[in-house]
Amino acid sequence: MSPLAVEVEQVSKRFRVDGHIVHALDGVSLHAAEGEFVSLVGPSGCGKSTLLNLICGLMEPDSGTIRLQGDTLPRLGRVGLMPQQDLLMPWRRVMDNLLLGPEIQRRDRQEAEQEAQALLPLFGLEGFAQSYPSQLSGGMRQRAALLRTMLAHPTVLALDEPFGALDALTRRGMRDWLLQVWERFGQTVLFVTHDVDEAIYLSDRVLVISSRPGTVALEVNVPLPRPRIQTQLDTLEAAHIRHRLLTALGL
Amino acid sequence: MRPRFYRAFRQALPAVALIVGLLALWELLARLLDIQEWLLPAPSAVWSAGIDSLQLLWPHVVRTLVETLLGFAVALMAGLGLGIAIDLSPLLRRAIYPLLVASQTVPTIAIAPLLVIWFGYGLLPKIIVVGLVCFFPVVVNTADGLRSASSDLLALLRTMGATRGDLFFKVRLPSALPMIFTGIKVAITYSVVGAIMGEWVGASRGLGIFMLRATNSFRTDWVFVSIFVSAVLSLGLFGLVNVVERLLQPWRFGRQEHWEELSK
Repeated sequence: MSPLAVEVEQVSKRFRVDGHIVHALDGVSLHAAEGEFVSLVGPSGCGKSTLLNLICGLMEPDSGTIRLQGDTLPRLGRVGLMPQQDLLMPWRRVMDNLLLGPEIQRRDRQEAEQEAQALLPLFGLEGFAQSYPSQLSGGMRQRAALLRTMLAHPTVLALDEPFGALDALTRRGMRDWLLQVWERFGQTVLFVTHDVDEAIYLSDRVLVISSRPGTVALEVNVPLPRPRIQTQLDTLEAAHIRHRLLTALGL
Repeated sequence: MRPRFYRAFRQALPAVALIVGLLALWELLARLLDIQEWLLPAPSAVWSAGIDSLQLLWPHVVRTLVETLLGFAVALMAGLGLGIAIDLSPLLRRAIYPLLVASQTVPTIAIAPLLVIWFGYGLLPKIIVVGLVCFFPVVVNTADGLRSASSDLLALLRTMGATRGDLFFKVRLPSALPMIFTGIKVAITYSVVGAIMGEWVGASRGLGIFMLRATNSFRTDWVFVSIFVSAVLSLGLFGLVNVVERLLQPWRFGRQEHWEELSK
């Protein structure tokens, strides 16, 4: 059996804020199989972002272990992070933004550019390679941010409320589009959101993270068949899952 | 192209009209009140004095321009260098930053005579004066600009495996450019005045010297001519910096949609 893509075991993380200690995460364990879509939902400030930062390797846990593909080697450069703000560099044209990962990894530029060029239509960016980010719409900017993350060839995608800054209409379209991309590339996805419906619609499995200190309060499988369509959210099964998630969230 | 030009013209019109109006008023008062020329020459008299003294003036202008450019270049390189050094080393920041600010409380005009004592009447003391005047805004804006980079963006690059060099050249330096140019623009407006101050304490050539000699011989029209020339030099250099700024940051000054109400 191939090793799990992500394994987080009994991870705790504390911070010192203005002289007092904040327990951000307390004994969190989770895992994601290769190609699995796992969502993390929880209230604001429950440590979801801390968890992703730990998995990406931006921080180290106070205790517990994090394994990627079964090893505990350094994680920076292996997990593709996509934050809520697109963080496109305003001074780079779209194509140069997209090639940030390959550039940092000192890969062949021409090859990477060909790869990016071929993916532009799927990401709705055809004809915008030479534009500056300021000329793109909010949805386009997020799609460009995801393409930039993908082109760095991470083994795991960590998406931190990637659609949080978008309006409701754009957001719905982006969900379908994200599933399309994921079905094509089959990467392991860790998806942070506080939208329960979004989590159900996208995921194979949803974890509820409780508020400070963050722990895994509930884990629910989402057995809805794929490809998913919006009306599946109206089924009894989805309603049942939603109820369990909302209850665990205390809502 | 035409509407853009027209818009630029309309933008500049109020300022141009005001300047022309003030000059006309000055001319009118000088003539009506019959003010002595050595007291306050009319703009027309200043203009013809300028045309007449062109040949006399030219070597002085060249000299001042050379001092300004050399001094500014030194300040720019030293300022960028120290700004980057301060950014890279927290220790250096704490050690040098307060000293830098304190140094600005010492008037340059007080240091200039010392420089003459130490370095004589040549080019060097003027370059140092210009350098001292221009240095501070460049260092401070460079050091602060490099700190202004988005920490989220830096974190994102780190998740891709970026080195410290990547972070500096791909994020921090481009993020700092707008502030660095703010510093450069402040510096360049001071630079010509700095050169003239440097000349006042001892020189054989330069706009400052021309100004002093004109004053001593009550050629008030020539004093005004040199004031006008130094203003033109400053504006020209400022404009040049603006052009470089635009060329280096096309994303900030690129074509942008301009929405304008039709009825107003």
